[in-house]
Amino acid sequence: MRHIISILLENEPGALARVVGLFAQRSYNIETLTVAPTEDVTLSRMTITTSGTEREIEQITKQLNKLIEVVKLVDLTEGTHLERELMLIKVKASGAQRAEIKRTADIFRGQIVDVTASVYTIQLTGTTDKLEAFIEAIGSNCILETVRTGVSGIARGEKTLSL
Amino acid sequence: MELLSGGEMLVRSLHEEGVEYVYGYPGGSLLHVYDAFYQQSAVKHVLVRHEQAATHMADGYARASGKPGVVLVTSGPGATNTITGIATAFSDSIPMIVITGQVPSHLIGGDAFQETDMMGLSRPVVKHSFSIKHPSEIPEVVKKAFYIATSGRPGPVVIDLPKDMTIPNDRHEYSYPKKIKIRSYSPPQKGHTGQIRKAVEVLLAAKRPMIYSGGGVVLGKSSEQLRSLVRGLNYPITQTLMGLGAYPGTDRQSLGMLGMHGSYESNMAMHHADVILAIGVRFDDRVTNGVDKFCPDATIIHIDIDPSSISKTVDIDIPIVGPVDTVLDEILDIIKEMDETPDADALVSWWAQIDEWRKRHAGRYEKNDNGLLKPQEAIEGLFEATKGQAYICSDVGQHQMFAAQYYKFDEPNKWINSGGLGTMGFGFPAAMGVKMNYPDEMVVCVTGEGSIQMNIQEMSTCLQYGIPVKIFCLNNGYLGMVRQWQDMNYEGRHSSSYMESLPDWAKLAEAYGHVGLQVDTKDQLQGVLDDCFGKYKDRLVFINVAVDPDEHVYPMQVPTGAMRDMWLSKTERT
Ligand SMILES: Cc1ncc(C[n+]2csc(CCOP(=O)(O)OP(=O)(O)O)c2C)c(N)n1
Ligand SMILES: [Mg+2]
Repeated sequence: MRHIISILLENEPGALARVVGLFAQRSYNIETLTVAPTEDVTLSRMTITTSGTEREIEQITKQLNKLIEVVKLVDLTEGTHLERELMLIKVKASGAQRAEIKRTADIFRGQIVDVTASVYTIQLTGTTDKLEAFIEAIGSNCILETVRTGVSGIARGEKTLSL
Repeated sequence: MELLSGGEMLVRSLHEEGVEYVYGYPGGSLLHVYDAFYQQSAVKHVLVRHEQAATHMADGYARASGKPGVVLVTSGPGATNTITGIATAFSDSIPMIVITGQVPSHLIGGDAFQETDMMGLSRPVVKHSFSIKHPSEIPEVVKKAFYIATSGRPGPVVIDLPKDMTIPNDRHEYSYPKKIKIRSYSPPQKGHTGQIRKAVEVLLAAKRPMIYSGGGVVLGKSSEQLRSLVRGLNYPITQTLMGLGAYPGTDRQSLGMLGMHGSYESNMAMHHADVILAIGVRFDDRVTNGVDKFCPDATIIHIDIDPSSISKTVDIDIPIVGPVDTVLDEILDIIKEMDETPDADALVSWWAQIDEWRKRHAGRYEKNDNGLLKPQEAIEGLFEATKGQAYICSDVGQHQMFAAQYYKFDEPNKWINSGGLGTMGFGFPAAMGVKMNYPDEMVVCVTGEGSIQMNIQEMSTCLQYGIPVKIFCLNNGYLGMVRQWQDMNYEGRHSSSYMESLPDWAKLAEAYGHVGLQVDTKDQLQGVLDDCFGKYKDRLVFINVAVDPDEHVYPMQVPTGAMRDMWLSKTERT
């Protein structure tokens, strides 16, 4: 099953390498990874999406917790949560296609953020499923380039991951 | 406040931590540090002949004393030579501080002479690592390193020290922190009382109980509590390779070791147990055999300080995360307060069953009648000659298993071996580390002619520092453990397991300034051992013992089978 693990990490050189190294050493898979400093510059917030059996996920969280720089950790998929990913996608847009692509982007609440005579660059945010549905709808033969940030997640309601 | 250079700060910080010996090897990146060592006498430096040996010396000391060993090596090849030793310590959760020199900060990343990314290289085999960014950080980093290495589940910590952090005339205010807090690190202090109560109830209701204890009890200094518990309950106990001695091996309730080369009675009792109390163990694959067939009837209670050990390979019914000593204390208190006793009738029949298993494989090995020693006999001879009192530091192979099976340890911290990584070459330097710190104790390296050659150069270090360890080499002329597998699984095709061209061991020992003795037949063993611990008490003695090359280690579990599936000899299977 797919899990979203959210980590509060000391913002120190080498900390990221330890997290990534752990996944590689123990042959756990990482589907996406995002990391950036928080409002407290001594801390980074990392979101990892991964999948595995219950035992594997339990080991992943326990092993991550053992890393000295990991301050706190939560498996967001254990509760209700929000997840968002941002995608920039460059597509061929000429002739009759142009209007069609604009319409599809509108349906998905995408924004056209750059335009040339033959190309649109569209920005889209949402869940992984939504981004994939958009890619599907556009069709791979008109896609020139995609770039995605990977998932960021946060728990719903009052629950917070903080010191 | 005092102004010190980074090199001086390092030495002073080590002194504040109570370090007496640092094992190491100098080089360009550490010249400032070595100069700081030279100018004081509180912390002594021991010059090894190979950096790997420095790590094993520190490790041996740590295993015997429970305190962290300290290693100091230069950048590049000095640092890479420590990797095997760091990994060895990591596998067995041994506290160790490894300080590696590094090229000056401004050269890092530029492929400088003797630059290696030690932080990166060591990352998978350390508990944590630090890279020094400013000389003034040194005291705090040393303090943190010792705290992390020794608390929770212990392990090795690397400190990477660029040369420009140690420049003699770059001086900074020095004060050593009294206490340290790391906000992201708080090892458990006690177990969950509710879980402990539940565990006690299950434990007392057992009909066929087994206590399975391991290295965590030794590391957690909980041998006393373990003894009280086992004796109070009159339950049988089996110990892992790493745990031997925490409970006395000569005691009636001890069934010996369990697992791949565990005793028949231990493995049978584990398989048939209805309740297993696992203490400071990790259900290693060398213990469980096929996990799907592991102890089918047992309710398992597991005490460990590391949550990731719980249900890692075998599902645990009642996990208790906490330090072994406080958890066992609490268990003992609860038993007392509950005023309940185990089922006496059930215990009588359980012990009767165990005694039957004991009888079935009581002889364990056949002696030769042509005078050629069996390796087991040699270990039994060593046990008698040392009255079971020696520190035994083993290498890796058949001799290691024979030592574990036939030398009965009655105290913890005296059986020192590389269990997790299985590092050949570990035994001799580990013995040196023990002997330097316990000069009045008998310290023996049990080894094979293969393993000993992986760090034989340390005979020179022993001469320099006067380290009279005893090397007891069970020479079967083969990489015996490899040969055994080839005999059992490859129809005896001995591919590269025969050690040709062995040296004259006595002459080799003598060339290094030591004593070399030879045992060719049974009747010579006792006399040679008497000389070794008598006449040559204060000398390093290398005893080369010719043993039967055909011998195999038994019992041996049948791969992927259950605990009870074992070969008991070349022809007999359970
Ligand atoms: C550094 C290292 N290399 C290889 C091995 C694999 N290995 C395990 S036991 C063994 C044979 C050891 O031979 P020896 O020291 O003579 O002991 P014996 O088994 O003959 O008693 C080997 C090669 C190992 N454990 N460590
Ligand atoms: Mg051999």
